[in-house]
Amino acid sequence: MSGNGTGIGASVKRKEDQRFLTGRGRYTDDINLHGQLYGYILRSPVAHASIGGIDTGAAMAAPGVHAVFTGKDMEGVGGIPTGWLIHSKDGSAMVEPPHPALALGKVRYVGDCVAIVVADTMEQAKSAANLVDVDYQELPAVASIEAAEAEGAAQVHDEAPDNVCYDWEVGDKAATDAAFEGADHVVSIDVVNNRLIPNAIEPRAAIANFDPATDEYTLYTTSQNPHLVRLLLGAFVLGLPEHKLRIVAPDVGGGFGSKIPHYAEEAILTWTAGQLGRPVKWTCERIDAFKSDTHGRDHISTAKLALDADGNFLGLHVSTKANLGAYLSTFATCVPTYLYGILFAGPYTTPAVYCEVKSFFTNTVPVDALRGAGRPEATYLLERLVEKAARELGMDRVEIRRKNFVREFPYQTPVALQYDQGDYDATLDLALAAADWDGFEARRAEAAARGKCRGIGISTFIEACGIAPSAVVGSLGARAGLYESGSVRVHPTGSISVFTGTHSHGQGHETTFAQIVSDMLGVDFNAVDVVHGDSAKIPFGMGTYGSRSLAVGGTAIYLAVEKVIEKGKKIAAHLLEASAEDIEFENGSFTVAGTDRSKSLGEVALTAYVPHNYPAGLEPGLEETAFYDPLNFTFPAGTHIVEVEVDPETGEVDLVAVTGSDDVGRIINPMIVAGQLHGGLAHGIGQALMEECRYQEDGQLETGSYMNYTMPRAADLPSFSINHNTTHCTHNPLGAKGVGEVGSIGVPPAVINAVIDALRPLGVDDMTMPATSQRVWQAIQHAQG
Amino acid sequence: MPTVTMTVNGMERSGTVEGRTLLVEFLREHLGLTGTHVGCDTSQCGACVVHVNGTSVKSCTCLAVQADGADVTTIEGLANGADLHPMQEAFREHHGLQCGFCTPGMVLSAVDLANQNSDPSEHEVREWLEGNLCRCTGYHNIVKAVQAGAQAMGGGS
Repeated sequence: MSGNGTGIGASVKRKEDQRFLTGRGRYTDDINLHGQLYGYILRSPVAHASIGGIDTGAAMAAPGVHAVFTGKDMEGVGGIPTGWLIHSKDGSAMVEPPHPALALGKVRYVGDCVAIVVADTMEQAKSAANLVDVDYQELPAVASIEAAEAEGAAQVHDEAPDNVCYDWEVGDKAATDAAFEGADHVVSIDVVNNRLIPNAIEPRAAIANFDPATDEYTLYTTSQNPHLVRLLLGAFVLGLPEHKLRIVAPDVGGGFGSKIPHYAEEAILTWTAGQLGRPVKWTCERIDAFKSDTHGRDHISTAKLALDADGNFLGLHVSTKANLGAYLSTFATCVPTYLYGILFAGPYTTPAVYCEVKSFFTNTVPVDALRGAGRPEATYLLERLVEKAARELGMDRVEIRRKNFVREFPYQTPVALQYDQGDYDATLDLALAAADWDGFEARRAEAAARGKCRGIGISTFIEACGIAPSAVVGSLGARAGLYESGSVRVHPTGSISVFTGTHSHGQGHETTFAQIVSDMLGVDFNAVDVVHGDSAKIPFGMGTYGSRSLAVGGTAIYLAVEKVIEKGKKIAAHLLEASAEDIEFENGSFTVAGTDRSKSLGEVALTAYVPHNYPAGLEPGLEETAFYDPLNFTFPAGTHIVEVEVDPETGEVDLVAVTGSDDVGRIINPMIVAGQLHGGLAHGIGQALMEECRYQEDGQLETGSYMNYTMPRAADLPSFSINHNTTHCTHNPLGAKGVGEVGSIGVPPAVINAVIDALRPLGVDDMTMPATSQRVWQAIQHAQG
Repeated sequence: MPTVTMTVNGMERSGTVEGRTLLVEFLREHLGLTGTHVGCDTSQCGACVVHVNGTSVKSCTCLAVQADGADVTTIEGLANGADLHPMQEAFREHHGLQCGFCTPGMVLSAVDLANQNSDPSEHEVREWLEGNLCRCTGYHNIVKAVQAGAQAMGGGS
């Protein structure tokens, strides 16, 4: 592997950028089909109501309107399924209430889909939607975990007594209890993980078409995983055979988890196109995106850590309540369980860990994965608790972490995971040096002289990415495999198309994967193009989420390239009249070992497609596919350090410095990796300081636009210090671990630990996210009495 | 319905619009210039920024009839043939874009800044971009790109 130029390890400029920079990207809303109609989705304005009746007569009579469909029209269609079955402590299966695409009988959140109005223009459809008369008979709503579990609370679903979906656990409770009995110290904490709204800048959109000539449906949709949508929509909702259903996720403007789920709108559009025999297009307005894109996080937790007199961790006990929203979105149920509870060993050797999670239905937007998905929630809790333990025991907060680090690998945690590799001391040391940790007290004193409270915070963490292997996740309730596919097609004249089951919506796969293939095959980077996002072109793949694309999808491509090389050796051996075992492949040439007799990849490819002089029994063509099912998760790890200055007069938090020190495994393109880290850090800082989805008690969304949901803007953030210490993943040939979620997982506790550190002299010892100026100011006032 | 005529990317373009038709709708739906994006409905994300008579404007806040007679530049009109504009080139060089959705607005907003200030500080760039949201990049590389692009432009587009 070359490591420079355009090869693995080089900061190659992105292939994608030419089209994005010149306005020639092709996002779903940029696509228009001949004869298309426009669909407007009418949404519930109330959080919980029985539908007494829906009168569509006036809307149907409005100008340009072709159809109005409601839940009753779609009654024979399957509901929206969920992708992961969780079992409770007592062995019972989770409650899985029906989720009709268009509300049937009841609406259960503000934003629930009630009807689709189809017209010649979107303006006509939207105007006519105002004429749909829905008789909402309002019911009491539960808009929070506290409301859902209250005595006598309104029931979101008749099938779910007390609004509980499941009551799950992981770890050895008895061993953990015993650890607490023998402990010298017990430190406890209560934390809330604030609910977030994802806000990819591209709103969701879809266009569905039915071709009566072929009986084929095509759905263009803003998805991170087109095959997953095809499987769920085809097999479970509409009952369409998959060879008659094509899903295209073209350029997608950011996902962050919110474009993983199979959404009701995709089913409604596709079904409507079939009913009308014309293409139907829908583009979500931002105001509807706030109340229909899946939300993230929303946990309330209490935890305690048992320690011996020297500060060694003995046991950890976590009790969490999670809000799942009104219906079970695609991966909703696994986020607060298998992406959360099994993270609680963190980078530490805590011998006994137990986590229980009770999940609730509420009259709010369904909750699903959001950048990090479960792992930010776990990391936030653990790093707040470890920080508090250091304070209560009077220990140095770096040393208490270092004292408990895992140092021998593989390491089997008490909560199912086995870490294959890492060097947590190295990432910590790198971060401390980069952030000038030792010089902080001088900076604190200097700030104090200016009337500012300066604080520094740290978090040390691990992630679990590239969730796998399929057999294991299947035994835990996953209803899908978690492998990935890759195909490499060497064309007759030597250029190459790569087909991946992953999906790029900002991550730069077209560049990174081309680097891998061009490096391995010794061909020009520009001779390699990567195809993704179209189920009619790519092999069946699982898409992009959980920082899996390089570690899982990149490895599938790597393995497909190896197959190409193996076949090429046979062809070259025949041409060179040598044995295939004697052929070596390097820099694009097949050479008879120890000689200068060689054939180029181009010559071999042409021979494969024009097989006049060809090995007997070998298939023509030079195209190979690999499906890769990993042996284990990957485990990126890092240390994040944040320095803040708080103005005690206003409560305003100024981010002075953000330092990331990360081990993300082998880096293919450092430029792209740094960009992923920057974006994750911004997302995590947004959660820590700015972003909060709020509902009123009646289930009305209080933060329903950019007017009142705070998104991080350029002036809210500093430049970031990015540092790497690399260990390679041991179970994939690339040594890759994952990078997309690192920032949003690692940085929130570092921010809050820094804010608390800054305010400690004023008597503040706790802080809830987001640490807005109002909240900080109130905490200062409260502490000052 | 009114007819509007404007110069878009150097070409005279006309169309019949409704009074309520927004400039961004005219560009995207009437002229097929889909490089200008719509990311919100409250004029806050900045994905729809274009230049009207040389100044950056959120085209979702401007009616098509208001741009009648104006000189409009969209992202499709910024490059000189196959050669990227210096600001586009700077975004490419500094990885100032990921998913690309906010990019057209960011670039056109940045060009307007650079026309006024050929050497903006990091602080000035961050303040200038307060009307442009990006969820992918954390702004780090956008800021670097804008500074580099402004210098490359040397005080003019």
